[in-house]
Amino acid sequence: MEIFGIWIASLLTLCIYSFLYRDNPFYRFAEHLFVGISVGYSIVITIHQGFIPLAWNPLSEAMVALGTQIRGEATPETSEALSGLFKIFPIGIGLLFFARLSPRQAWLIRYPIAILIGFNSGIAIPNVLRAAIFEQTHGTLTPFAQMHAGSMSLDDIIGAVFIGIGLICTLIYFFFSVEHQGPVGWLSKIGIAFLMVGFGAAFGNTVMGRVALLIHRTGFLINDWLGTIF
Amino acid sequence: MKRQGPLALCFLFGIALIFTQFSPHSVSQKLYEEVIDWGLIITPFALVLAVVTLIETHITRVRRRTEHWQYSLVVFVGMAVMVLIGIPFGPQNSIVEWLYNNVQVPMDATMFSLLAFFIASAAYRAFRARTFEATLLLVTAMIVMIGNVPVGDLAWNTVLSWIPLEDGASKARQWILDIPNLASRRGIILGVSLGVISQSIRIILGIERSYLGGGD
Amino acid sequence: MLEKLMNMDRRLIFILVAVVVIIPTLIPIRLPTRVSEPAQKLYDYIEELPPGETIMLAFDYGPSSLAEPEPMAKAVLRHCFNKGVNVIGVTLYANMPTLAHGLMQKIAAENDAIYGEDYIFLGYRPGALQVILGMGNNIASVFETDYSGTAIHEIPMMKNIKNYDQIALLLDLAAGSSTEAWIVYANTRYGLKIAAGVTGVIIAQMYPFLQTGQLVGLMPGYLGATEYEKLLNAPGDGTVGLNTASFVHVLLIGLVLLGNIAFFIHRRREE
Repeated sequence: MEIFGIWIASLLTLCIYSFLYRDNPFYRFAEHLFVGISVGYSIVITIHQGFIPLAWNPLSEAMVALGTQIRGEATPETSEALSGLFKIFPIGIGLLFFARLSPRQAWLIRYPIAILIGFNSGIAIPNVLRAAIFEQTHGTLTPFAQMHAGSMSLDDIIGAVFIGIGLICTLIYFFFSVEHQGPVGWLSKIGIAFLMVGFGAAFGNTVMGRVALLIHRTGFLINDWLGTIF
Repeated sequence: MKRQGPLALCFLFGIALIFTQFSPHSVSQKLYEEVIDWGLIITPFALVLAVVTLIETHITRVRRRTEHWQYSLVVFVGMAVMVLIGIPFGPQNSIVEWLYNNVQVPMDATMFSLLAFFIASAAYRAFRARTFEATLLLVTAMIVMIGNVPVGDLAWNTVLSWIPLEDGASKARQWILDIPNLASRRGIILGVSLGVISQSIRIILGIERSYLGGGD
Repeated sequence: MLEKLMNMDRRLIFILVAVVVIIPTLIPIRLPTRVSEPAQKLYDYIEELPPGETIMLAFDYGPSSLAEPEPMAKAVLRHCFNKGVNVIGVTLYANMPTLAHGLMQKIAAENDAIYGEDYIFLGYRPGALQVILGMGNNIASVFETDYSGTAIHEIPMMKNIKNYDQIALLLDLAAGSSTEAWIVYANTRYGLKIAAGVTGVIIAQMYPFLQTGQLVGLMPGYLGATEYEKLLNAPGDGTVGLNTASFVHVLLIGLVLLGNIAFFIHRRREE
């Protein structure tokens, strides 16, 4: 079964690589099979790792506990499980996503979406402010305090000054309320230069990432697949 | 009710999460935990949106007999096999695992590995030093590329051995990432974060409503 | 000739790339590597943890990008198992649980690590933010059971672990924006120490967080995996891959130079 699996995986791999020559039925078959299988897997995982443990289990345990409570056989455990009954509210709101199936009632999905959007917005404000604004500003300014205390090497001092200049110039480039002329124009040009270096670094690293994917697949075909033949 | 109700809920959940984060009171903490719990329970249902949209798209293709519509049937077969075995028997079922390991994983990995070929072709055809900015990007990318692999330092230490700096390629790469890259990324992070915060405030206050979609 | 060079059939470039990957895969070579500071910091942090401490390993990548994070995961798991540091596996990616579970089982078997005592795999729950925040209050409120359905409170390793307060480090193996989410929500809100092992695409955006200390350490792509393997003195997939990548990078640099030379000659002629 393992060797059969390797062969299937290899043939499908070759089907996808056939796209490098040109679009063809083998590639289209593999592409659509991949979409079907991966969506199917996501459904299975979301049900078994999301819906069942987070919604179904607590609710069904609460229903059983309610039955026990009604029969007068309550224990501390059943009383605790009863709190699961309150999950009926978020489950009910979650079920509104199914309103998508009816064009006339589709507006109901606004409720769960609004809750999730409100959730994400509310949680973001204080945390992003601290993690991204305060911490990053602090990280830029701290080396200058260390510099003042005389605890930095020349290399680090040059680096800190460079970072400070680069950050200010990059921010000036993104500041569109003032026309980019004269000194502001020059500083924004320096900002562009820093951004280009940043994008160049990202591109260089991206190449490594993409090449890694190819090396991984080639390794599979040569070592695992051809290994079953030779 | 169609718009006001969701806007009110968005406001309530947003405000609840902001304030409960600043208050250590037990009631506040209980509310904070409850709101997170609600978020956890509601989120899995969002899968319905993705699945329904995908099924609708492919049903339309089959109905209208658009070009290559037959392949939409392959999508349905793949999905049906996974769902019919996976839902009753769970993701740890041996057939589900076999399909995942021998069909999904290799194809997903291969699909993205095609990018290695396209990035090479694009680099050859479009990566030109036309302007000062483009040259800067190109030179930086080349230094990072050569500094990322061991052959870079090997070449430096062999060909440029007269320079009193060992492992120059990887050191140059490291300097680029540590200093100018850091400065520009930090600028982007600050800009994006200010955008996230202002947008979040607009959403909570109901000024930004695009997530509600069109209609009344 | 120049025209031909500038309009080279892209399939010729594809063949060149394929050849440059296939030959070193058939005949592997080993070139010397040095260890960068971010990877060293991560290694040192785990090395200094006393046996019995627990780290969390987040498999936040998918099958589409497993080439780089997988060797990192293997190296870190080996390091932890050999040191007696416990590992809690988790993923925020829906298409990852089977792969992550299988990988943990494989490396554990190679290192005689026992499920439930040395490591566990929690699995996946939808909603990245809610999962990160929920575990900060109580891991069991998000994962009442592990991936296989065993109740968390029945697992010996989890007896004294309630939330992030008992976790020494979260190592995020990432192919997307999950590391920022862990930093913003788990580090800022709950004080959990974060480190990352990321794919090439997102390496550059990690450096501001490294400088502020919001990231304890970083494994940058294949290079990071190779560096960690070198620190462990156990070359693996990362080392093999990075050496092969050397040839592809040289080819790409050559192609870019060739393309530019042809472009400049063409432009001069036109002028």
